Amino acid sequence: MKSVLPGTETDKQRWEREVLDPTLKKSPERAVPFTTISGRPIERLYTAEDIRDVDYARDLNNPGEFPYTRGIHPTGYRGKLWTMRQFAGFGTPEDTNGRYKQLLKAGGTGLSVAFDLPTLMGRDPDHELSLGEVGKCGVSIASLADMETLFDGIALGDITTSMTINSPAAMLYAMYLVVAEKQGADWQTLSGTIQNDILKEFIAQKEYIFPPRPSMRLITDIFSFSAREVPRWNTISVSGYHIREAGATAVQELAFTLRDGIEYVQYGVDAGLDVDEFVPRISFFFNAHSDFFEEIAKYRAARRIWATVMRDRFGAKDERSLKLRFHTQTAGVSLTAQQPYNNVVRTALQALSGVLGGTNSLHTNSLDEALALPTAEAATLALRTQQIIAFESGVTNVVDPLGGSYFVERLTRDMEEGAYRYFDTIDRMGGMVEAVERGFPQTEIAESAYLFQQAVERKEKIIVGVNGYVAEDEAPMEILYIDEAAAERQVAKLEALRRTRDHDRVRRALDGLRAAAASTDNVMPPLLEAVRAYATVGEMCDALRAVWGEYEEVPII
Amino acid sequence: MTQKIRVVIAKPGLDGHDRGAKVIARALRDAGMEVIYTGLRQTPEQIVGAALQEDADVIGLSILSGAHNYICPRVMDLLKEKGLQDVLVVVGGIIPDVDVDKLRQIGVGGIFLPGTPMQEIVDFITTHVRTRLERV
Repeated sequence: MKSVLPGTETDKQRWEREVLDPTLKKSPERAVPFTTISGRPIERLYTAEDIRDVDYARDLNNPGEFPYTRGIHPTGYRGKLWTMRQFAGFGTPEDTNGRYKQLLKAGGTGLSVAFDLPTLMGRDPDHELSLGEVGKCGVSIASLADMETLFDGIALGDITTSMTINSPAAMLYAMYLVVAEKQGADWQTLSGTIQNDILKEFIAQKEYIFPPRPSMRLITDIFSFSAREVPRWNTISVSGYHIREAGATAVQELAFTLRDGIEYVQYGVDAGLDVDEFVPRISFFFNAHSDFFEEIAKYRAARRIWATVMRDRFGAKDERSLKLRFHTQTAGVSLTAQQPYNNVVRTALQALSGVLGGTNSLHTNSLDEALALPTAEAATLALRTQQIIAFESGVTNVVDPLGGSYFVERLTRDMEEGAYRYFDTIDRMGGMVEAVERGFPQTEIAESAYLFQQAVERKEKIIVGVNGYVAEDEAPMEILYIDEAAAERQVAKLEALRRTRDHDRVRRALDGLRAAAASTDNVMPPLLEAVRAYATVGEMCDALRAVWGEYEEVPII
Repeated sequence: MTQKIRVVIAKPGLDGHDRGAKVIARALRDAGMEVIYTGLRQTPEQIVGAALQEDADVIGLSILSGAHNYICPRVMDLLKEKGLQDVLVVVGGIIPDVDVDKLRQIGVGGIFLPGTPMQEIVDFITTHVRTRLERV
């Protein structure tokens, strides 16, 4: 107990002295570390004293008012619920088309495409490196023909789709645009998102193809093309999800994600764009991890930081440039293979934290995802989880219900300060691209991942069913098993396509693409032409590989 | 003088999710083993080549992508081709129950699914490895 001059102690110190200490003598607290999952120590009590540095008008303000800590919409979920956007994709485009229709029928309000590893890495299904991988982690998309099948019977003009695609994002975006056009949709009103966040690939997910600088150029080309041609499209989903999954703490997720965002804005500005031209279409993607309040504080801090930085660092004038919009996914890494039904509970709590943090869009994981891609039943239950929160819990009646909580406001402020410290470090390195080249975020993440695993093995962190409350014998669960049939179908389709398409048109288109890549011309127009000619993802990426080369990291353990 | 157990940790195939591989590599290193981490996107040929070059006692494959039914048989065949059949092969990642037996049948020594403690892997390798000394 710290010694305090009588007459100067705070009310909390008085309480500690008069009420707490006598209790602790009789009933000590449990001998566990009271820390968040990120390892941040949490006090037992927060009072007004703990948020004396927080000013309502300056730091919180009302929803829809700068700095948007309490939300970007004055009506919150009373105006519009978050989009229930379940990430899905497996096997062939036909398989996934079926799953999308099921999800929409079950009440999903937005689509989200999971691509397989060959597609993500810019390889065709018949490439040597695609052996064993086609359709396993997502849907196989080799060409415009596959994209047409994927959305067969789904009107792209009436829905929004998010595509989790990074290195070949421009290609898949072009394919989506052409499918929409063929359906009669108007690009001027078409809306959706491409993840298109290459920095987090270098930092965490490692699905890069080209080196950092040409990769950034691809992204700024998309920014400028889209601002004119598809003004309602979210050209990037700056992601913290993967950074967190790779082992980052909540503050690291917040800091690296927002600093990535800052980097993209800087590159856009350096490419000659006006801030307010493209920043309104930047969106974000965060993890909803297990520590309930830490996550809520993280989302609120994110909004406050982004608004402040866009206004002060970049001079953004348009309100839309200041309002951070984000999608959330519950933490895949927290799911256990042991006692999978426990995952329904984990996901529900994580989803609730996203909602209490004001997420604009949400994906809830399925209970079987530590084992495989979700079965239809598991995917439906995940969607029902969101619907129960939305319609039965009452939390949507009020905007930012936790605003003003001594604990949450303290945590929000602390996370904000932690993020700014990382910004300073990265700024001093010369920026995020430089920091990545030095391995800085990768090293921070690897360290956090190892520390966490050690904490689990020391039982400082209990994971129910894994290192506590372990079941002796568990019956195996039926899972979605993807065999090689998808690969066989996709390869056969590709062979047929190569026979029937206009070879000359493809060749000319790929030449045009290479020429654009080697110059400063925007690559989107030649990409659209290549897509229309039914060039494949592999062919288009190879054209860019020929000009820009490939990247491989120096691994940091 | 005790010789360190030499382990090649590899990420085969296209998957870049390397948190597990890196945590295990570090745990094995902390347990006194000599660890060579190959990095990402290794072909079976590259992995076996690394094992040969590094005189590895153990190969640890990290596979979360579902490509294990292609990768593992290919690695086991190549090891046999190169006369490295006594290298202990362990696999970590997402392996459906129905495939676990198949992997054991082709000679994979240990299969470590999500939730496996680092120490369990350390102990398994220590118990099951046959060092170069014993091979010679």
